[in-house]
Amino acid sequence: MIKDLFTATVIIGIISSGIRLATPYLYAAIGEMFGQRSGVLNLGVEGQMLLGAFVAYFVVLRTESLLLAILAAIGVGALMGLAMGFVTIQLQATQGIAGIGFYLFGMGMSNLLFQKLIGVVENIDGFSAIKIPLLGDIPVIGEIFFRQNLLVYLAFLLVPLAWFVLNKTTLGLKIRAVGENPEAADSLGVNVALVRYFTVTLGGILSSIAGASLSVALLNVFQQNMTAGQGFIAVALVYFGSWRPFGILAGALLFSMVNALQLWIQVLGIPIPSELAVMLPYILTILVLTLSLTKGKGPSALTKAFEREG
Amino acid sequence: MKNTIKLFSLLLITVLLVAGCTQAAPPVEEPEVSDQPLRVAIVTPSSMNDLAFSQSISDAMQALQKEMGEGKLEYVYSENMFVVDDAAAAIRSYAQQGFDIILAHGSQYGSSVQEIAPDFPNTVFAWGTTVDTFDMPNVHAYEAASDEGGFVNGVMAALLTETKVIGVVGPIETGDAKLYIDGFAAGVKSVDPEIDVRVTYIGSFSDVALAAEAATTHLSAGADVLTGSAQMVIGAIGKAKEAGAYWFGTQADQTSFAPDVVVASQVYHWEVILREIFALRQDGVLGGETFAATLDNGGQVIKINPDLDLGQDVLDEAERVIQGIIDQTISIP
Repeated sequence: MIKDLFTATVIIGIISSGIRLATPYLYAAIGEMFGQRSGVLNLGVEGQMLLGAFVAYFVVLRTESLLLAILAAIGVGALMGLAMGFVTIQLQATQGIAGIGFYLFGMGMSNLLFQKLIGVVENIDGFSAIKIPLLGDIPVIGEIFFRQNLLVYLAFLLVPLAWFVLNKTTLGLKIRAVGENPEAADSLGVNVALVRYFTVTLGGILSSIAGASLSVALLNVFQQNMTAGQGFIAVALVYFGSWRPFGILAGALLFSMVNALQLWIQVLGIPIPSELAVMLPYILTILVLTLSLTKGKGPSALTKAFEREG
Repeated sequence: MKNTIKLFSLLLITVLLVAGCTQAAPPVEEPEVSDQPLRVAIVTPSSMNDLAFSQSISDAMQALQKEMGEGKLEYVYSENMFVVDDAAAAIRSYAQQGFDIILAHGSQYGSSVQEIAPDFPNTVFAWGTTVDTFDMPNVHAYEAASDEGGFVNGVMAALLTETKVIGVVGPIETGDAKLYIDGFAAGVKSVDPEIDVRVTYIGSFSDVALAAEAATTHLSAGADVLTGSAQMVIGAIGKAKEAGAYWFGTQADQTSFAPDVVVASQVYHWEVILREIFALRQDGVLGGETFAATLDNGGQVIKINPDLDLGQDVLDEAERVIQGIIDQTISIP
């Protein structure tokens, strides 16, 4: 039975399912990473995802324009991010609690808007799979990697892009400096508040796109609370990935592929109790974390509000 | 002058406070005379338009309201109460506000009902899906015999599958979902024991993305007919629709979601049970009964999609099996 896992169909299935499942985590976690690297913890990712998912879905439902849907999601995410920024940077509220507040707001608002504006669960025509010419024809590899939809491709492209911005640009340097030692950065002329506003707004935008990737690309439907806690897992993935884009990629893929694996285990009838199978991705993630030798310390100024002296 | 304003404001605030407090005092009500509308409060773990569990109670209340007239039946609800503490607070709050009947529509609310019901002996508490009334005089319990509808769906699925592989997407292996799925598998086996029924429990009632991947996994493994339970199955139905695989639904009529592939849905008609609860209350019985929604009492109806060409033999067999379950000539293992 276990040897059935090692057939081509199953392996292709596990990896391509893993890639699709990882997509929302990548958007949300990379966005959260930028915010956390500059010192701001945002626990409201789930709320931003839900609102982004709804807005994108609603726009497609009414206008059938995928571009408008993504633009709307970006707009809503930016607004949520700016609001989070205002509350934590300007008003200096406790970041964790402010984040939870935004989570509840996003969840409630998306539920309310769905009930008032739509009211019935229905599906839409969202992003369809795009086969990349030539690469998509490669046996096995082509099927897994190069026949996904646009938002999946963009999620994976986001990782090296984020790495480049964070490590090879002045902006990235400023972000990191603000997250490690905002006083020193401030004394060197970096506008700490502006940098943090930028990263938190970016985080909001990316979380919103994460939600949109669910409702208009991967699932083509909206249901209340459809994210089912993925926003919080995304925040955890930032820690798991040691605040590094490629670490986050590894974490997202590990979690998602093991999730895909446990589905196949159940489908093939391998006699593991379903409760245990469902636990597998979480257990493995914890195992990898405890056994890993390089444990990231995290930005020193994370969750600490910055007040400009004088 | 300033002092006068202060005194006046103080007086105003005091008056408002007293007025406000008087209004908030919870009324203790006796069972009503019949010209007052019946007031029902509902607490559910998911949203009322989830096309599944909570949808079923919402549809039941709307049907009853139409039947009894809006002046006779009023209802309010708190949905998405998946955190049990929030649900308990809602239940208690409704009881304090003097609602006549409180429906705790979720099997996770048992301990809350058990704790709160004794404090409000004049309120009817009904919860499901379960059979435990805790021996309390004001607690009813209701459940659906979803293995019956599951069996019928299973029979139809077995007749429709060509690859002889059927996939099931379940939430958590418990309660109503497990009952349906076990009944479904039994129904399939009763037609052809060789058919492979694969079951995945994804571990969540709301993770639509995971349900979609579960369906994709089933389809890759060769299934051409799918079924599943709980609200996250809309992800699975979407994938079935893309692949052209048949879908069998439960809890609510899912035909509207994918009219090309939804063959039949086991629809719960809780109003059959609710009518009995209302009637008992009129007679002064506030609890202690257990109810089941069955094919026999109309609490369950198999709604077959009229626009799909299934073939007369499939429809005839479904009718035969439904009748057999009602007559108890067919028993579900």
